[in-house]
Amino acid sequence: MKKNSILIVDDEASVRDSLYNWFLEDGFEVSCAENASKALNMLDNQRFDIILADIKMPGMDGLEMLRRIKQIIPDAVVIVITAFATVDTAVQALKDGAFDYVTKPFDPDDLSHLIRNALKQITLSTENESLRSLVVDLENVEDIIGESEPVKQMLTEVEHVAQSNASVIITGESGTGKELIAKAIHSNSSRRFFPLVSVHCGALTESLLESELFGHEKGAFTGAVYNRKGRFEMADNGTIFLDEIATISTKMQVELLRVLESKTFVRVGGHKTISSDFRVICATNRDLKKMVQEGSFREDLYYRLNVVNIRVPPLRERKDDIPLLVNYFIEKYCTSMSRSKVGMDKTAMKRLQEYDFPGNVRELENIIERAIVVGNGKEIRLKDLPLSKEVSTNKIESLDELERQHIVNILGKYSWNISRTAKALSIDRVTLYNKIKKYDLKQND
Amino acid sequence: MVPSQNIKLVSFGIPEKGLLDKIAKSVMKAFNRSVTVKEARLELGQYFDGQRRQYNADQLIQMVEDHYASEQHKTIGLFQIDLFIPILTYIFGQAYLNGQTAVASSYRLGNERYGILKNTNQLSDRFAKEVIHELGHAFGLVHCHTPYCVMQASTYVEDIDLKKADFCAKCKALLKNKNS
Ligand SMILES: [Zn+2]
Ligand SMILES: [Zn+2]
Repeated sequence: MKKNSILIVDDEASVRDSLYNWFLEDGFEVSCAENASKALNMLDNQRFDIILADIKMPGMDGLEMLRRIKQIIPDAVVIVITAFATVDTAVQALKDGAFDYVTKPFDPDDLSHLIRNALKQITLSTENESLRSLVVDLENVEDIIGESEPVKQMLTEVEHVAQSNASVIITGESGTGKELIAKAIHSNSSRRFFPLVSVHCGALTESLLESELFGHEKGAFTGAVYNRKGRFEMADNGTIFLDEIATISTKMQVELLRVLESKTFVRVGGHKTISSDFRVICATNRDLKKMVQEGSFREDLYYRLNVVNIRVPPLRERKDDIPLLVNYFIEKYCTSMSRSKVGMDKTAMKRLQEYDFPGNVRELENIIERAIVVGNGKEIRLKDLPLSKEVSTNKIESLDELERQHIVNILGKYSWNISRTAKALSIDRVTLYNKIKKYDLKQND
Repeated sequence: MVPSQNIKLVSFGIPEKGLLDKIAKSVMKAFNRSVTVKEARLELGQYFDGQRRQYNADQLIQMVEDHYASEQHKTIGLFQIDLFIPILTYIFGQAYLNGQTAVASSYRLGNERYGILKNTNQLSDRFAKEVIHELGHAFGLVHCHTPYCVMQASTYVEDIDLKKADFCAKCKALLKNKNS
């Protein structure tokens, strides 16, 4: 990939050095000039994606330089730096065609946002120029392992939906990797330079969720010495991913609907209305439509969220992918444990392909990780798999019984360590406690 | 199997031994290299900027480079003071890209500073990610747009919570190429 380039024009060496290092870390090709005429000379021979220039400089000042640059390169992206006292000049700079201005010293977040905005504009205009080739190579999908028909079909949907701004609901059983799909959609959309912000709704109580989503103002309560950005604000220009959307309370459903409609909100303890341009992607392992019929999920919110639905197939519907996945996880864990790569015994592989994986890809991953730990370091054998002793899931009919059995298995696997079990089941600890209560589970049951 | 260039953490006045151990562990896991921890004493007064009431991170990183860095190590100085560079209001840390040296501070990473209950685990998670991130720069990695990758740029503490203490597949591959 081609690096973006920036030219920094400032007479102060310490400012140039600071910015030089900051932009290097951000992946730019960085050049510096200590005055306007040097900068103009450099612009004769080279094109820069962004020019960042101080307004106040001895000799030719930044404003004059800006006007000259704009005469030669009308579409140049110039950002001017002002001191606090000279905001008026900044306004003048905007009139003269500056992309934006920053006041020094900058808030790192402002600088970061500004640069991403500039890059977005540059990318969009070059993408328009080249009319975007029809075949798009999907970015950041290397964690979605599989070559089966259901996976290919799902990736085609991802590719389509990434080009739009539509709200998406990702449905699928626990452990199918719904978050990876959200990541793939975001990474292939025009929002990719901005954050993908995840919220695990099930993990937060109602009041925490509120502060988490909307942020709070300095002084909102004792000890709040700084403003704190909420997740909606952080997702400005990017994507917010609401996982386990079915778990939010009726009150939060109302709030959420309001924010989705207006794209504005107020921080806790604040007055100012803040607007944020985010795309929303939700995920759930529940049947939301049924919840709407039962009255536990708002119909209007459902329709607002469910513009596009992507279903992530459970592993038992794509058993052809199991060998690929096994190989991927062996590679992953052998590398992270600094071991040489182990093989896979044929009967063990066959056993895996027969199994139904109620916990889906995550369960397979856990099985492989464990097998590498307990195994002989050469090959994963049938006896390294924790499958044989378990109740065959085929005999279970009700969903509750299946859930109960699966929770019992995973609790056993992690010796009733609640945090690790909850993590493996990808539910929060409170939900796990509730389920333990519901099914009246006891250790050594 | 451990590659040759290892990592050195130099603590400048971080009192909790447990915190340092936790960070060392996370760093070791992320890089798969051996990590040594060293404690150093330093009069910080000379790096304090009275007007900004903060410490100059450009001078601090140069100090670490001059006195603690070596060719055999990537060295990161760990602080718990408010860091700034002349052009920015604050930074969590910085590094010489593709160099030997980095600095990071836990100062702005704690919840209590933002009016939320103190959470020691969260603080150490954030600090570990910040340290891995800056060391990633020292190993030549630049910011990455891949969601959850530790090399994503973070300007708010909450941004750090969005990341994992690990590199994405692309950054991992780059790291591997750098040193084989
Ligand atoms: Zn960085
Ligand atoms: Zn990365």
